[in-house]
Amino acid sequence: MADVTHGTLEPLSAGGIDDVELYHPKSWITKYVFSQDAKVIAIQYSMVALAIGLVALVLSWLMRMQLAFPGLLSFIDADHYYQLITMHGMIMVIYLLTALFLGGFGNYLIPLMLGARDMVFPYVNMLSFWIYFLAVLVLVGGFFVPGGPTGAGWTLYPPQAILANTPGQQWGIIVLLVSLMLFIIGFTMGGLNYVVTVLQGRCRGMTLMRMPLTIWGIFTATIMALLAFPALFVGAVMMLLDRLIGTSFFMPAIAAMGEQLPYKGGSPILFQHLFWFFGHPEVYIVALPAFGIVSDLISTHARKNIFGYRMMVWALVAIGALSFVVWAHHMYVSGMHPSFGFFFATTTLIIAIPTAIKVYNWVLTLWRGDIHFTPPMLFALGFIVTFVNGGLTGLFLGNVVVDVPLSDTMFVVAHFHMVMGVAPILVVFGAIYHWYPKVTGRMLDDALAKLHFSVTFLGAYLIFFPMHYIGLMGVPRRYHEMGEMAFVPPSTATLNAFITIVALIVGAAQLVFLFNLVWSVRHGRPAGGNPWRATTLEWQTPQTPPAHGNWGQTLPVVYRWAYDYSVPGAAQDFLPQNQPPDPRTA
Amino acid sequence: MIVIVIFMVIMAALAGWWLSGQGLATKPWLVVGVIGDSGSARSSPRRIAKVGLGAFLVVAGSLFSLLVSAYAMRMGMPDWGSLPMPTVLWFSTGLLLLSSIVLHTTVIAARRDELDAVRSGLLATVATSLAFLACQVLAWRELAASGYFSAANPASAFFYLVTALHGLHMLGGLVVLNRTAVTAFALAGTSPPQALARLRLSVELCTSYWHFLLLVWLVLFSLLMRWTDDLIEICRGLLS
Ligand code: HEM
Ligand SMILES: [Cu+2]
Repeated sequence: MADVTHGTLEPLSAGGIDDVELYHPKSWITKYVFSQDAKVIAIQYSMVALAIGLVALVLSWLMRMQLAFPGLLSFIDADHYYQLITMHGMIMVIYLLTALFLGGFGNYLIPLMLGARDMVFPYVNMLSFWIYFLAVLVLVGGFFVPGGPTGAGWTLYPPQAILANTPGQQWGIIVLLVSLMLFIIGFTMGGLNYVVTVLQGRCRGMTLMRMPLTIWGIFTATIMALLAFPALFVGAVMMLLDRLIGTSFFMPAIAAMGEQLPYKGGSPILFQHLFWFFGHPEVYIVALPAFGIVSDLISTHARKNIFGYRMMVWALVAIGALSFVVWAHHMYVSGMHPSFGFFFATTTLIIAIPTAIKVYNWVLTLWRGDIHFTPPMLFALGFIVTFVNGGLTGLFLGNVVVDVPLSDTMFVVAHFHMVMGVAPILVVFGAIYHWYPKVTGRMLDDALAKLHFSVTFLGAYLIFFPMHYIGLMGVPRRYHEMGEMAFVPPSTATLNAFITIVALIVGAAQLVFLFNLVWSVRHGRPAGGNPWRATTLEWQTPQTPPAHGNWGQTLPVVYRWAYDYSVPGAAQDFLPQNQPPDPRTA
Repeated sequence: MIVIVIFMVIMAALAGWWLSGQGLATKPWLVVGVIGDSGSARSSPRRIAKVGLGAFLVVAGSLFSLLVSAYAMRMGMPDWGSLPMPTVLWFSTGLLLLSSIVLHTTVIAARRDELDAVRSGLLATVATSLAFLACQVLAWRELAASGYFSAANPASAFFYLVTALHGLHMLGGLVVLNRTAVTAFALAGTSPPQALARLRLSVELCTSYWHFLLLVWLVLFSLLMRWTDDLIEICRGLLS
């Protein structure tokens, strides 16, 4: 394609190019360690995120062991169970998914898909990664401080988060709060880069409405994160002060172990507001990039243009905006005014509309498509099924009357693992199978990929589907063991054992994936520049993997939208975005 | 939380207004070819820097709106007692106002390439800003001396928190302002035009940032002085 476009490129591109001063790495250290190249930073982000994600996976095994075979692993007492839950939840949501989608995929894809040479503030971008890395180190440090990490639950609700009987009250909570603050600072640096690059770094011809949906998803999610993370930051600072110097921002007058504590008058509800003002958008910060990526995977691997592109964009923006006015649906049981409950239930249910539109559009894109069951497509399909499933139970929980009895049961755990655990993780896998050839120049092994998919997808279903039932039976979440409870039928114990065994198998299947990642770097089938015959710009780079500066001498020029698949009358079944119009028909 | 909701609504309105100019209703699949001046053809390093600062200010704005929200909520709790506000806060407000005005004139000088005026303007801003911070510290000490430096008093805890966060933002700005001043002294009228343009840009960015700091401070100040109590009462009344 490069030579086809060349003739028309020159006269058009003369204006907008090379006022960008690109930084040039001089040594090995600045090239691979303290690199300012978004592609290297992306890989650094992804590797750290996956590594810490593995830790969270191991933690989930330990929890499952305890739930299924209480007492078998004797070192897991109630305190340790709380610590496991807390670290697992926190790591999965923030340090794995947020960092991976925005820091990893965002860094790699934004400049390449938009035809830019790099992010607009490369130095700040580099700082962003290193601060994130520091945040992860501090987080891991929490495992080694006296008393261990905090066991306050990933929601960190005061007052119990800083009361003496909560595990990790001495050091763990402090370490975690500091780590979160670092994470937020680092993320803000990266996030400003992603947003401004999308706004200002697009190549010629790349209008907003020609951007691939992946970019729309990452862009919207980044804006949300930039606006929502400050809430967590404020909450963390104030809680840190409550813990360290005894202020009463959140701490009410309270007696612990028969002693009146010096706190008085603080408001735990205030923390809940701050936390969920961040926490709810956080769900969509993880979901929107996944939505975007899935749209592109489906379109590419079904050789069809995405159905309702404009609606997809509007829906992303609408979800982003709406998700800032629903936070209190996490607080139905905190004793709020009923008319508030009504307001927040309504907005919550309204969000279901754009979300449902997206699902319909994915399905309609698949309809009569030329579906290739490649690993990315398999994972995308797995995502749709899982997401619909989790979304439906979400509609249940969005209603105050239904939520009140189900709140804090395993039903909720099953619900959110479906929507924001399994579904985004499936997209992460799909995306890695999709873009790995561009990153390394080699394909991942197909047979291993399909094995990985089958075990992960079926296994995840077998883990979380029965969990709904356990929840309906009334098993509460965050309980380290049930003991003899009359209302819990014995069937739940059998199911719990079953779930745990599947969870161990699913975890082990990830080793296949890791092996594939490492092995294929050297031994994979060479991929060529555009193995999926995709239209978007990242597949049209002159070199694979893309060299420093991405585009060689001249920046690409975009002539069409991102979804010209199977265009009637075209010579091939896809038209890259930078392919000029055919002079005969134009 | 009403303050942050209002902030978000304003941001959403701005975003909506901007998006409405972006052709979100066009049908991209019908149009082939390079459309107008789209993409980065418009963007220069200057524009990028300005958009970057704007984005940062939105984030900082969100942070301070959340603080104000938390303040307003906590204020409603029964144990809230008011603080005697140190008079020195009036001086700091004046100083911040002054530094903002001085920077504003400095920008005008920079646009005319009057290097001397730029230098003295920057120096004056550094001086007034440092004086502002000093006044804030004085206010802290005055409160502490009259026995209000106690974690048990929520009003004073908020006072220290809010002023400290604002001060930290100003310290960050001062680092950049100092670097700008250093460049201003290193340059001469005969320096290459790009260098002068870069200086002008730095001054402009600093000015926007200082205006932002002033705006935030005015909001915080009126909150601390309890001028906004009635307003907060009304909002609370609306909600319950
Ligand atoms: C094989 C994969 C996984 C397994 C087996 C698993 C298992 C568990 C278990 C057993 C709990 C504790 C339930 C309780 O007693 O309350 C839990 C909590 C949680 N998990 Fe997972 N999980 C997995 C993956 C994920 C992923 C990918 C996410 C990412 C969003 C995630 C997010 C959470 C959160 C937020 C909590 C709540 C923590 C809390 O209550 O504070 N999990 N998980
Ligand atoms: Cu929510």
